[in-house]
Amino acid sequence: MTDDTPRTSVRMTVNGEDVETTFGTHKTLLEVLREELGLTGTKHGCELGECGACAVEVDGKPILSCLLMAAECDGAKVETVEGLMDDARLHPLQEAFADLGAAQCGYCTPGFLMTAKSLLDANPKATRAEVKEALSGCLCRCTGYQQIFDAVLSAADKMGRA
Amino acid sequence: MMRAPPLRHVFATSVSEAAHLLATDPRAMILAGGTDVVPNLKRRQFAPSMLVSLKRIEALRTIRSLSGGGLSIGAGVSLSDLAVDARFAKAARALRSATAQVATPHIRNVATLGGNLCLDTRCTYYDQNLEWRQAIGYCMKAPKSTGGVALRDKEDCICWVAPQSPKCKAVSSTDSAPALIALGANVVLESKDGERTLPLRELYADDGMAFLTKRGDEILREVVLPADFERWTSTYWKLRRRDSFDFPVLGVGAALKLGSGGTITDARIALGGVLSAPILVPESATLVGKTLTDDVITAFAELAAKHAKPLDNTDLEFPWRKRVTKVFVANALKELRGDDRAAMGRLAERAVVG
Amino acid sequence: MSSTNWNRDPKNSVGKPRRRVDARARVTGQVRFADDLSLPRMLHCRLVRSHVPHAKILGIDASKALARKGVKLVLTGEHFPIAYGVLPVSHDEHPLCNDKVRFVGDPVAAVIATTEEEAIDAANDVVVHYESLTTIATPQEALATPEPRIHTYGDAGNVHKKVHFEFGDVDASFAGAAHVFDDTFFYEGNTHLPIEEHASLAIQDPEGKLCIWSSTQTPHYLHKALAKALAMDPAHIRVIATPNGGGFGGKSDPFNHEIVVAKAALMLGRPVKICLTRLEVFYCHRGRHPIEMRMRTATDKDGNVLALDLQTLLDGGSYGSYGVASTFYSGALQTVTYTIPRYRFRGCRAFTNKPPCGPKRGHGTPQPRFAQEVQLDRIAVKLGKNPADLRLQQLAQPGSLTANFMRIGTIGLGACIDKVVEGSRFRERWGKLPFGRGLGLACSSYLCGAGLAINWAELPHSGVQLRLDRSGEVTAFCGATEIGQGSDDVLANIVAEILGIPPFDVRVVTGDTGLTPVDLGSYSSRVTLMMGNAAIQASERARDLIAKSVGEKLGVPPSRLVFANKRVFDAQDPNVGMTWLEALHRAESDHGTLGTVGSYRPAAPAAKYKGGGVGPSPTYSYSAAVIETQVDPDTGWIHVEHVWVAHDIGRSLNPTLVEGQVIGSVYMGLGEALMEEQVFGRLPPRLSNALVHKIPSILEYKSLTTKDMPDVTTYLIEDPDSAGPFGAKEVGQGPLLPMMPALANSVFDAVGVRVDEIPVTPEKVIRALEAKTKRYGPGEFPTVDWPEPLKVAPPWEGGDGTAQNEKPRKSKIAKDGTRIVTP
Repeated sequence: MTDDTPRTSVRMTVNGEDVETTFGTHKTLLEVLREELGLTGTKHGCELGECGACAVEVDGKPILSCLLMAAECDGAKVETVEGLMDDARLHPLQEAFADLGAAQCGYCTPGFLMTAKSLLDANPKATRAEVKEALSGCLCRCTGYQQIFDAVLSAADKMGRA
Repeated sequence: MMRAPPLRHVFATSVSEAAHLLATDPRAMILAGGTDVVPNLKRRQFAPSMLVSLKRIEALRTIRSLSGGGLSIGAGVSLSDLAVDARFAKAARALRSATAQVATPHIRNVATLGGNLCLDTRCTYYDQNLEWRQAIGYCMKAPKSTGGVALRDKEDCICWVAPQSPKCKAVSSTDSAPALIALGANVVLESKDGERTLPLRELYADDGMAFLTKRGDEILREVVLPADFERWTSTYWKLRRRDSFDFPVLGVGAALKLGSGGTITDARIALGGVLSAPILVPESATLVGKTLTDDVITAFAELAAKHAKPLDNTDLEFPWRKRVTKVFVANALKELRGDDRAAMGRLAERAVVG
Repeated sequence: MSSTNWNRDPKNSVGKPRRRVDARARVTGQVRFADDLSLPRMLHCRLVRSHVPHAKILGIDASKALARKGVKLVLTGEHFPIAYGVLPVSHDEHPLCNDKVRFVGDPVAAVIATTEEEAIDAANDVVVHYESLTTIATPQEALATPEPRIHTYGDAGNVHKKVHFEFGDVDASFAGAAHVFDDTFFYEGNTHLPIEEHASLAIQDPEGKLCIWSSTQTPHYLHKALAKALAMDPAHIRVIATPNGGGFGGKSDPFNHEIVVAKAALMLGRPVKICLTRLEVFYCHRGRHPIEMRMRTATDKDGNVLALDLQTLLDGGSYGSYGVASTFYSGALQTVTYTIPRYRFRGCRAFTNKPPCGPKRGHGTPQPRFAQEVQLDRIAVKLGKNPADLRLQQLAQPGSLTANFMRIGTIGLGACIDKVVEGSRFRERWGKLPFGRGLGLACSSYLCGAGLAINWAELPHSGVQLRLDRSGEVTAFCGATEIGQGSDDVLANIVAEILGIPPFDVRVVTGDTGLTPVDLGSYSSRVTLMMGNAAIQASERARDLIAKSVGEKLGVPPSRLVFANKRVFDAQDPNVGMTWLEALHRAESDHGTLGTVGSYRPAAPAAKYKGGGVGPSPTYSYSAAVIETQVDPDTGWIHVEHVWVAHDIGRSLNPTLVEGQVIGSVYMGLGEALMEEQVFGRLPPRLSNALVHKIPSILEYKSLTTKDMPDVTTYLIEDPDSAGPFGAKEVGQGPLLPMMPALANSVFDAVGVRVDEIPVTPEKVIRALEAKTKRYGPGEFPTVDWPEPLKVAPPWEGGDGTAQNEKPRKSKIAKDGTRIVTP
């Protein structure tokens, strides 16, 4: 970036807090979250929309932060893995991912968690097939997915009972 | 990390404002969902001076019934919304099947119908980082003279897929186009000079570079389903290696209007992913007056597959993709005849959604 | 060794399914991966990589890049005259190419700038002038084209390594055989595709020394490479392995970018970071070697193997990497699964102008395993036997020495086969399903760590240090690297088990050469066994110290004391005891500050012949799998319906993690079996000098999505092996191995054709269906000018592990403790 690189300011809500930030206009939400706001919980594996590691929730829907120009996010409500806990308490999805071995290296985990959160918020009684479909935009190279499906269904079950 | 080049970004508040911006700056580019544009920016296939965002144009995100029948679908409607819209659950289920199978759920949440229809053509020699393309000496679609940025007009540079070819062979990879061509959709284009309506199939040209007949300053504003679309029955079959993420390496959109006794009164069969443009199979009309016997289906599938000209520039080997074209055209017609898709094998089971 | 005789049956945390100790960090996005780190005044590095496959570097013009405002430094090969490499026999890499480039992607220069954007643009401004050389795309071309040489070392021309062993008179066995099977196979290369792209951050620390954080599986080897390539005192280098966002072998080599940012940080006195793009990750590669194979097998009339004769031709890519070891591994483990009385192995690795191949999950063994298991399926079909029975009748024997002098420990393979056969109803259904449906069985075995270290020093392979704090917390230090597999949990679990405290009371500090004792790294499935044994030794030493004090205080013999539930008590009267904290305080007042160490080095291998150092392991794991598929005859489409997999784990330390490793291996194996391939394209030579990776993206390098992954039924077979901690064996790699042959065998059962090539794709199925031979696969194995064999008599023919015709070897110990052996 040089001095004449176009810059943009946006105001958005990130994990429930209002933020205003200025950045090079060419940056995607991924870069702004990680580099301007220090929220490195959101990962990247290709930056081209091909792996799902950067998934976050924007206005209630799971999207890929690497494909969303940050300039488009003015007024958006953004949720990242950093906002998933309820104060110091883990979200039921986080508990289930931890207990059932759904996170191995943990690199794709934030993307899976935020995608699963969106799913269960919209469809608390999701079936295994619906879980597979909803998570089909996230790749994991460690787990073979089975323990991830188990964890999402287990969390859904607990959330339903709570 | 892959990053977009420096650029400006403006929100247009109306289609006419966006059209005006495009007309005043030929290097400006439309940003709808961005799921195709942003990777192309990062790979330096596009180098716009400015992105003109359509995000704040609410009118582009509406679907409305037309007074004379038919439906108008705003180009900004997301693929996710289309995939679950009850209005496309029956007659227009080709559209549902196509939109539900684009890329991934995350991408469909953002990607728009207009964006998918205008999707840049794809090729293994083109959809690569700048450094990689430098290693092959670039290609016809995005030559060295532009620093690897895509062009509409040909220069003296080779197409690596078919070195003798005067034309770029990048592949039309939109799922929604073959579905909507089968459904007989029209599109409305708007520019600073006004608007025009044309059949969707005429939006495309079989040229990997100038694959849209739309002018650079025209904006695809809406897609119109014809007045009688609810009297048709339709399907869309998608071929891809994985059951998510992948672009189509073949798409078959099929729509039939059936009379009494199952006689075909009208037919449109479209192919995607096998040329630089989606095409309406010209022999579609030969089905009219016939019933879907196995013989009719087999003969038509043979004819249709002749138009598929896959080459070695996508996933999966091209002779095989040609072979599957025949299988899919036949199976799509059988499905419309009422055959059970589950009996057509595992590939058939996953080729259709809805 | 421990001073008291403790019972090794676990009573506390070992064996119980549980969340891993580092789970919370992983589910909250708080694991700090290398690219998550940033420091004040940090600069960004971008490598300029060659866009030609094979060329002399005539000159580099960086003036335009240097003129950019944000650019601080441009480095080229001139800054890096010293070569390095992971194996002592192939120090053939420079951090930036010195005289020539060897593949598209070889780094020639590095730009360091204030922002990554500026570094990217400046890198594009660096102009490199090349003089093109003939490129070599395949091993066949390498054999036919000795000049120009890609490297000036190696066995001949563009052949990197040739090996030839004969264990017994193989030709005599073939001459007397009832049946001879002779098949050729090809296994395409593929890559690890960790979701985390490699990243490193280097600083000159406040004392002026080098510190680097890097996504490496092998901080110890990176430490050695940095010291050598930068000609630095290793005592002034600290390598911190950040948790890896997936490794699978792809982060086991010391890499160019790591050494480059280290040098830049030292030159500029500022932090310098690099994060590779996905394209560059494909260029780093070090993945599965493409291997062409010919496997000849002689059997008796019942299908028992009398002799095996294997030839392998490996496409090594452009550098050595672990390739010499890979060459040996393509033949070393054929003998440990079934009884193989006589064995001949010939292996050849060629250099080609492509990214270097190296170790990927299963390192060198999945390819010949595929060949062997598919050929066994053929033998079963030919002789009218059930494939399960054919295997069960000739399993290798526990505690035995193989023909090539591998010492086997326990074998749970029979039980594994029984489980998957029962679960899939293989006996009832194999060969009897309707056309289009099929079942395939395959088995495998794998190392639990390499018996000999890469650098032959008589030093421990793993060390663990314990610090026992007055607070009750125990800190375990070890050089092992957490790559997602759960090695931190293994360490905490073992310490906790022995000291009777919860694993969550153990703090683990790992993968930091500045703080932790050396562990050789997270590769070759060695960590659980080697670090585990070191942890046992350190923990038992701590327990002995504590038991001595507690025993004296309570008047109970130390050997009778039990450590459990954060208490130390008398086994005969649990009420007599004290809390863990009281016990610790007692011990600290008796012995002073509490700390212990433990270490592990495998026993000397039985194989003493040259090359026999690759293959020996403290013990081997075993796996068996059945895959059910549906194959569409009109399209060749392969749908995997279900996988049954059984793994001989010895003992599960934490079954939740073990199961995850098994399913993850199944996933990666299925990907290789069906679609993953690292393939290259060469454009028409008269028009271009290109030889490029065809599909260097996550989109086009196909890996299974959630919707492509079948359900998996997992069985863990627990037959503790005395070599492993609490009897545990490896699990990270073994269960991958049966997937590829099981898939190919199931396709045969479904539609009656053989695809003797991995991946098995619908196109190949159709070609096989249309072929007269009902087969798709390679033709004749290429002619290789093999060297004279090293002849080693098998143990049952009077052999002692030495070669009958080997020249005596000299060895010397180098300055850094490395033993260098020369013929």
